Amino acid sequence: MNSEILSVDDVKHIARLAALRIDDEEVQTMRRQLSDILAHFQTLAELDTEGVPPTGHTTDAHSVMRDDEDMPALERDRTLANAPFVDGEFVRVRPVIE
Amino acid sequence: MSVASETQTSARDLRAKYLNGETTAREVALAHLQRIKEVEPRTHAFLTVLDEEDVVTQAQAADQRLENGTASALTGVPFLIKDNISTEGVRTTAASRILDGYVPPFDATVVSRLKEAGAIILGKGNLDEFAMGSSNENSAFTPVVNPWGENRVPGGSSGGAAAAVAAGEAVIALGSDTGGSIRQPASLCGVVGFKPTYGTVSRFGLIAFGSSLDQIGPIARTVADCADTVNTIAGLDPLDSTSLDHKLDFAEYLNRDIDGMRIGVPREYIVDGIEPGVRAAFEKCLTVLEGLGAIVEETSLPLTDHALAVYYIIAPSEASANLSRFDGVKYGMSVDGEPNARESIEATRGSGFGPDAKPRILIGTYALSAGYYDAYYKKAQQVRTLIRREFHDAFQKFDVIATPTSPTVAFELGEKTQDPFQMYLSDVCTIPVNIAGLPGISVPCGLSEELPVGLQILAPQLGDRTALQVAHAYEQSANWNLTPPEPCTD
Repeated sequence: MNSEILSVDDVKHIARLAALRIDDEEVQTMRRQLSDILAHFQTLAELDTEGVPPTGHTTDAHSVMRDDEDMPALERDRTLANAPFVDGEFVRVRPVIE
Repeated sequence: MSVASETQTSARDLRAKYLNGETTAREVALAHLQRIKEVEPRTHAFLTVLDEEDVVTQAQAADQRLENGTASALTGVPFLIKDNISTEGVRTTAASRILDGYVPPFDATVVSRLKEAGAIILGKGNLDEFAMGSSNENSAFTPVVNPWGENRVPGGSSGGAAAAVAAGEAVIALGSDTGGSIRQPASLCGVVGFKPTYGTVSRFGLIAFGSSLDQIGPIARTVADCADTVNTIAGLDPLDSTSLDHKLDFAEYLNRDIDGMRIGVPREYIVDGIEPGVRAAFEKCLTVLEGLGAIVEETSLPLTDHALAVYYIIAPSEASANLSRFDGVKYGMSVDGEPNARESIEATRGSGFGPDAKPRILIGTYALSAGYYDAYYKKAQQVRTLIRREFHDAFQKFDVIATPTSPTVAFELGEKTQDPFQMYLSDVCTIPVNIAGLPGISVPCGLSEELPVGLQILAPQLGDRTALQVAHAYEQSANWNLTPPEPCTD
């Protein structure tokens, strides 16, 4: 019902920003679902929020810094144990710059 | 003792039996493994059950502590841990294919604290993928079935946790609650679910969904067991910068009466779609609270209607950032054979994330993107401030707020999967609590059409003890003690 809010190209662009590959059928489904949800969001426009500070989190905790002390970190072999592709002591990835 | 009497028990009763020698942690642990074997083919509450050898080792250590006087409240108590909470050496999936094969090299802080207390960990609980969902149907593995009805959802996202406790597969479960994911499934499965004040329990090792909303908490059979669990897992953690340096005794007010307690009932929570049976059960429990001396008054929280929109901007925005770490490089599944890093990340994420995670990632990405940030994310955060103020004002007049936990009882599997918005409405009574960072507890308040209904009690930030006090007073007076009608075995 609100499928006009986002175009097919909009959805493809957002998917690219999110590094998420979706096929043509998913693009159509997402376009419909996202447009419906975005339409619901419009209800917030009714509220006057002029000058209201945003809430990022709800407690009074502010920037929490610990002392800069050496501490043991996870050992390399345990860190690498979950990596799908490992080369010696490195994680292997596909080329970033071609 | 029969398996049933050892598995349908509270932790406090269990502890009494341990201390008077009526049973041992080993016996109880084995009874739970037996129960799991019997009912899992139907409930699918567990994604991983630990080996008997491992469970028995934990139980024997607990028995030693019970014998030598070093036991704590949770020593020898069988737990299930929701599978978005990291467990060292035990696979942790968040019910997503993208974490296929992932075995955490560390424990979440809550898991370390349970282990130190001598609790027995039985296994990992099924959930909606990355805790995104209200029915557990978004699990990449298999949906959970509510022990109260074979075609009914258990709620979500901690559906495995709630179903396991209801079915006698665990005495207590740890869940996580971002928009109701502890309280709503507890309501739908007839057990107690407690979300403490944001920051009271460390989130270190919880696979993050919405970082400003997420909170770990217990699902149990009694309010007292919830309080004891949070006493064990709460407290400052240097590994979570949002954890609060505030150690309450959560059980402190449990035995106080509620005579003169002021309870507000916001009319906006009696939503249009509320089922008549839920409404009737809720109204009946207000009468019970009045009978205990509480002063129950109707009130209004007009911004409640906007909470859903605020949540469905903030939660996916934070999720889109949190889920960007899943790239198939460091852990989890990885699609090979793509020409470059960018393509391989896109392919991995495209095939690794499920059909409900994807729209949330996209909505969040859109809401945070240049040109839309002010209209969506910033606007939602401003309305979040207004909602907090509204609660703050309400708590000047009332000690606690009482609402139904969910507008419906457990719905049928597949009933709402085609319409995400209908699914979101299932959380309409629980979401405002996370937006404002409040404590909230759901406690069983009867049956409607032979399915459990939940009463939700909300308190101001760090007013957790008062929420537990009211829930406990109601629980003791109403004494529902709901047990599913043994539907779980074939």
